[in-house]
Amino acid sequence: MNENAPAVKPHHTVNYMSESQASESARPSETLAIEPEHHKRARTLIDIEHVDFFYGKSHALHDINLKIKEKLVTAFIGPSGCGKSTLLRCLNRMNDLIDGTRVANGAIKIHGVDIYNPDVDVIELRKRVGMVFQKSNPFPKSIYENIVYGLRLQGINNKSRLDEVVERSLRGAALWEEVRDRLHDSALGLSGGQQQRLCIARAIAVEPEIILMDEPCSALDPIATAKVEELIHELKKDYTIVIVTHNMQQAGRCSDMTAFFYLGKLIEFDATEKIFTNPSQKQTEDYITGRFG
Amino acid sequence: MHAPNNPFRKQVTANLRIEAGINWLLRLCAYAIVIAASIIFLTIFWKGSKALVQPTFPFINIGFLTERPETLHVLEKEGSPTLSMGDREFREFEKTHDISAYKKASYVYAAGGIFPNIVGTVLLVIGSMTIALVLGIFSAIYLSEYSRQGPFIHMVRLAILNLAGVPSIVFGLFGFGMFVLAFNWGVSLLAGWFTLAFMVLPVIITASEESLRAVPKGFREGSLALGATQWQTIRQNVLPYALPGILTSSILGIARVAGETAPIMFTAAFVMRDEMPWQVKHFTDFFFQGVMALPYHIYVVSSKIPQNEYTEKVQYGTAFVFLVVVIGIALASVMARIKMRNRYKW
Repeated sequence: MNENAPAVKPHHTVNYMSESQASESARPSETLAIEPEHHKRARTLIDIEHVDFFYGKSHALHDINLKIKEKLVTAFIGPSGCGKSTLLRCLNRMNDLIDGTRVANGAIKIHGVDIYNPDVDVIELRKRVGMVFQKSNPFPKSIYENIVYGLRLQGINNKSRLDEVVERSLRGAALWEEVRDRLHDSALGLSGGQQQRLCIARAIAVEPEIILMDEPCSALDPIATAKVEELIHELKKDYTIVIVTHNMQQAGRCSDMTAFFYLGKLIEFDATEKIFTNPSQKQTEDYITGRFG
Repeated sequence: MHAPNNPFRKQVTANLRIEAGINWLLRLCAYAIVIAASIIFLTIFWKGSKALVQPTFPFINIGFLTERPETLHVLEKEGSPTLSMGDREFREFEKTHDISAYKKASYVYAAGGIFPNIVGTVLLVIGSMTIALVLGIFSAIYLSEYSRQGPFIHMVRLAILNLAGVPSIVFGLFGFGMFVLAFNWGVSLLAGWFTLAFMVLPVIITASEESLRAVPKGFREGSLALGATQWQTIRQNVLPYALPGILTSSILGIARVAGETAPIMFTAAFVMRDEMPWQVKHFTDFFFQGVMALPYHIYVVSSKIPQNEYTEKVQYGTAFVFLVVVIGIALASVMARIKMRNRYKW
């Protein structure tokens, strides 16, 4: 198979070409021109409307419009510095931690609620929107304590409840079998890939709706990467996933929708197959085929 | 292997000679420090151990560590050996002997021990370090975790830097004016604690900030992303990992707090006091009493009494014990740090 062409997953084998023509004519203003049938049925969970974002005076995101659908994997791709991570970190307001950042215009709505509204509780938002970071960041505690960290913050200390969550989360992150005998050992003794899956388990322990992944595999070897990708595939049954990746094959393999960013602008957002096989923008095609970036 | 046309053959050039000269110069500078340190330490250890070590059982002069300073009386009479005794002993001696036959010389504080001074110094160190650590860590947390970097925070940092450059005698006068007079605390432990605490604050704040910054950003982000508040994050996922570093730097602070004479001479130190610090009527009086302290005692015995064979023991002995106490406190915090490092490793 061609290295650059993503593998087509079975549920995508609908004829989206004809689909696309139909929807394009029906909704000319919609960014989501082409979607496989079940994608279209999916509800919009995150609605990004005309968002401009600034780091101090530098204009990092320009008028971003994006609708992220429930229980699909949406990938953000683009060259370094294109704003994909910035947008991701807007979704759980992690950018608040950086002085001088602001969303200047527009709104980011989750379930129709603007998360930058002053009366939104950021703590509650971050419980609902979990995050996995580029560099796996297990806390220097035991595996068990890592998983229950979020629950303990909420004041849950019931032993049997915590045990149950630990097992469920680790199973959810496909890590249970590997660590069940050493739950109370330090998490730092795990391999890089295991640490990243532990971070995923830690995120799903607080039962978020959305999981944001910021280049989760960039520091992992191919085998560990394959495991995390498999896991993403499993997780999308229960969670809405937004993943930032540098690796285009990865976007092709594990996402349903792909957004291509360039210089702080959203160039194209479409079903992954469409982006990788028949992008409508020249820039997207150039990037996908490796002409730049 | 000998090559006739060796292009790399060693030649004595001016550069090589300079190189060798510089090498020796640098080496001498480094050795000079070692020599100076050894002379200071060895003198104090050798002469000071005479006050502390004795040839008979139990080999350590326990009295020196457990008694109060007393006046030393030296009695000389032609035809009999010179007698030297502490004040209490002298009063007994007076009852049974005719003193007027002797030529008498008295040296204050040259007999007895330095127990109240040790206690005073330990109390001063514990109190002021507690205040300094609490104030220092909290302000460091504010500066590095909460505050927005701007002109005001810049000014705060500048103030901290300036505080670090203030001579200790100025801190002493500040403490005297502020705590002793304005707050009307008198010459007291409390006034000494705060004066010393303000003196070491810059060191502690700067070092705490550095230790906080050394904690990986991922720990904070990971915690916040799980729905922790900022204080929960700092309390559970930042501070524990920064504490070993903070303690390391506070060891320097301890040595300084224990050693400075100038800040306490106006605020907390008494030359002589008969009661021990715990002999107070009401527990609140504890904070408002002056104490004797080792560095101030060294100052007194080295500048206010004559230097001779009779006073030398207490002079060097005090310096020796003082060094040991400082090393002891520093070691204790090193142990605490190691214990914490092992617990919170990353």
